[in-house]
Amino acid sequence: MAGLATSFGSGAMTNSIGEIPDNKVMFVIGANPPEAHPVIGAKMRQALKRGARLIVADPRKTELAAAAHVWLRLRPGTDVALINGLLNIIIENSWHDDAFIAECTTGFAAVAAVAAQYPPDRVERITGVPAPLLRQAAEMYATAERAAIFYTLGITEHTCGTDNVMSLANLAMLTGNVGKPAAGVNPLRGQNNVQGACDMGALPNFLPGYQQLKWPDVRQKFATAWEAAVPDKPGYTLPDMFDAAVRGDLKAMFIMGEDPVLSDADAHHVRKGLESLDFLVCQNLFLTETAKLADVVLPAASFAEKDGTFTTTERRIQRVRQAIAPIGGSRPDWRIICDLAARLGYPLTYGSPEEIMAEIAALTPVYAGVSYPRLAAAGLQWPVPSAGHPGTPYLHENGKFACGLGYFQPIEYEPPAEVPDADYPFLLTTGRILYHYNVSTHRRAARLTAHRPEEKIMVHPADAARLGLADGAAAAVASRRGRVRAKAQVTDAVPPGVVWMSFHFPATPTNEITSGAYDKVTKTYEYKVCAVKIEAAP
Amino acid sequence: MADRLTLTIDGRQVSVPPGTTVLAAARLLGINIPTLCHLADLTPEGACRVCLVEADGVRGLAAACTLPAAAGMVVRTNTAAIREARALVVELLLANHPADCNACQRNLDCELQRLAADLGVRAVRFRGERRRYQPDDANPFIVRDNEKCVLCGRCVRVCKEVQVCNVLDWTERGFASKVTPAFDTALDGSACVFCGTCVSACPTGALAAKPLYEAGRPDKKVRTTCPFCGVGCNFDLNVKDGQVVGVTSDETSAVNGRLLCVKGRFGIDYVHSPDRLTAPLVKKDGAFVETSWDEALGLVAARLAGIKAAHGPDAIAALSSARCTNEENYLLQKFMRAVVGTNNIDHCART
Ligand code: FES
Repeated sequence: MAGLATSFGSGAMTNSIGEIPDNKVMFVIGANPPEAHPVIGAKMRQALKRGARLIVADPRKTELAAAAHVWLRLRPGTDVALINGLLNIIIENSWHDDAFIAECTTGFAAVAAVAAQYPPDRVERITGVPAPLLRQAAEMYATAERAAIFYTLGITEHTCGTDNVMSLANLAMLTGNVGKPAAGVNPLRGQNNVQGACDMGALPNFLPGYQQLKWPDVRQKFATAWEAAVPDKPGYTLPDMFDAAVRGDLKAMFIMGEDPVLSDADAHHVRKGLESLDFLVCQNLFLTETAKLADVVLPAASFAEKDGTFTTTERRIQRVRQAIAPIGGSRPDWRIICDLAARLGYPLTYGSPEEIMAEIAALTPVYAGVSYPRLAAAGLQWPVPSAGHPGTPYLHENGKFACGLGYFQPIEYEPPAEVPDADYPFLLTTGRILYHYNVSTHRRAARLTAHRPEEKIMVHPADAARLGLADGAAAAVASRRGRVRAKAQVTDAVPPGVVWMSFHFPATPTNEITSGAYDKVTKTYEYKVCAVKIEAAP
Repeated sequence: MADRLTLTIDGRQVSVPPGTTVLAAARLLGINIPTLCHLADLTPEGACRVCLVEADGVRGLAAACTLPAAAGMVVRTNTAAIREARALVVELLLANHPADCNACQRNLDCELQRLAADLGVRAVRFRGERRRYQPDDANPFIVRDNEKCVLCGRCVRVCKEVQVCNVLDWTERGFASKVTPAFDTALDGSACVFCGTCVSACPTGALAAKPLYEAGRPDKKVRTTCPFCGVGCNFDLNVKDGQVVGVTSDETSAVNGRLLCVKGRFGIDYVHSPDRLTAPLVKKDGAFVETSWDEALGLVAARLAGIKAAHGPDAIAALSSARCTNEENYLLQKFMRAVVGTNNIDHCART
């Protein structure tokens, strides 16, 4: 999010899902929509059927990589070098959009200077992608009448995640591919309401609607509405919280709806942090691995048992509607928070989530025109600045960025924090599979579990032969942080030297071995790359 | 080319853009022409001939779903000959269809049944040899019963045009004609990814979602937003006796239309997992014991207040969730900032 916010002034998908079937050129990097965002995957296939051209950058031979007109099989973690290489070729061939750069952006000269350092032969050495393929991709993207970029965790879950995103923003601005339909830079959010959690200010340095905590007038506005002081010191980010807990500075945590012991990188560190606390409260549907460490566990109701809204990856605010009563003694999260606030001497007396949304709209300019009646049919895409505003299908119309001008950011390639060596000779990357969702469906969603019961480690046939690993055989994967077991899936979908796993299965807690290194700006863990060794497990 | 043309349907005039079908033009007038193989979000195929109409200058009866409206065209949709022809089409379909509707999941929610009722088809005069196939139910998600198939081809077109996986297709010809995955295999083991979009398009019980197949007719449907990935598909939770028994989709959802993925359509059963927590838990001597809300909330409030008094508000932090609603995320950050007095709030997925 931080990367796009820096470049464009707004950290969200610039364009809409509904535009995808009309796309002419799609550049998909670090994303696997047919498995992680299946309906977007289907819309991309519709576009292909209508003649769209597809460029895919992915170390794995995914479904889209196999269908791509140009497949850039880069080494994991070398995205910035790849994108700089594309910038280089585009500028060398004068395929860039001078008018857009001059009128709508600033900082181009510095980016051109960096890009000049990335000629195709150097980029080939770093990324492993043959120079002629780079040229083809650059030409296809840059000379299209319009072209759209799609990315997801494969881009952000690196120590250089913010750099990756700003590099993609550079590429889009260079070619004027922002501010019109079927173009733009489109982060595909992994979870149903990540966009909404960010929008609502569940962030240590932003109030709702990305209003900066550091601005006194913003704090004053909320303080007046809430009749309570708003502290000005930015809070801990997620990784900071576990560090602070280990240091003893953080004494208590309240964890709503998440399971960081399974879902966060370097599970040992997370667990150690949580065990260092004096008091831990978890509010969840299930007794998760994290909840097992808690002093108090509060049973929450599921999405089917409450009213509310989710905001999708295309900024669409949509209704969640109660279908059944809360199960057993569970309660909706919003009620629990209200009750707890009252016991701490601050009554929150909302009669329904609709009343909470009215308060959000009053305090959040991009949600100002949102109300439940207006969301009834199809939701609304923010910004919705007023009650009469129809919502915004694509951002930055005609190159008018939310921050005025679009900012080019010169970005240099930095290698991943951990690279393979003699002891840990394989590169592990992680991602999602079609049949499960994060750490929450395995075992609990009985049908999905019956169909896909366990983790499989993808290993290239040449590596498997050397390790004596047969397809389906038990394997152990170890990093400097831990060791897990799973069955091997021998496939040339991964290149030699690279192995791939998901993180959906409690029996194979992949994040016991992933890296705790994180992006310097967003504090997103580098789930995507770490060094491991593999052996046949008896 | 004129940008609108005028035609007459059942004596009433209507102006439509060129390229509009007679079916669409009739619907503009509120005239109901029965259909079976037609779905508004798919390419018209004119396969079933349930939508027959008469048009001056067109020989015989024509399928309204594929007949382009023409300037000055005069169309009749409800003559005795038309009614008879439509009824015959449906009667022939029924002759080749299992008769035990009571045993079918789609009983009372079946387009073939409704057509027969609308067209007054009560007795089936031809009872010859009927197709016999084994249902394909060797997967957790979909039951495919070719005996109930009316060969409308909606599933084939959905799989080709909407989901674009090209799994379902025609095999054999004539009487033996049927819809199957390539080489007439079962769905499991084919290239099928169990999105179930074909189920949403099937007019009969030939393609059924297993959860609903097993549950019986729902009491109500509630439109909501999927709790899995960030696409935000809308679908209907089917509720029976206070339980969510399954998920259905249709073409009216803004983002996804009738498309869903296997998780949204078949993964919602986690709501009723036996592992759901049903009472607050408090750890006593290292083990959890169930307790009342009053005691649990009292304990949380007392401990948080105590820690705040002893160490200051910044000794407390909260993690909010991408799984919770906007309203809940808003409330938790308000709680931390206004009630506890700290900005120590983040959420688990910064992606
Ligand atoms: S609906 Fe027109 S031919 Fe089937």
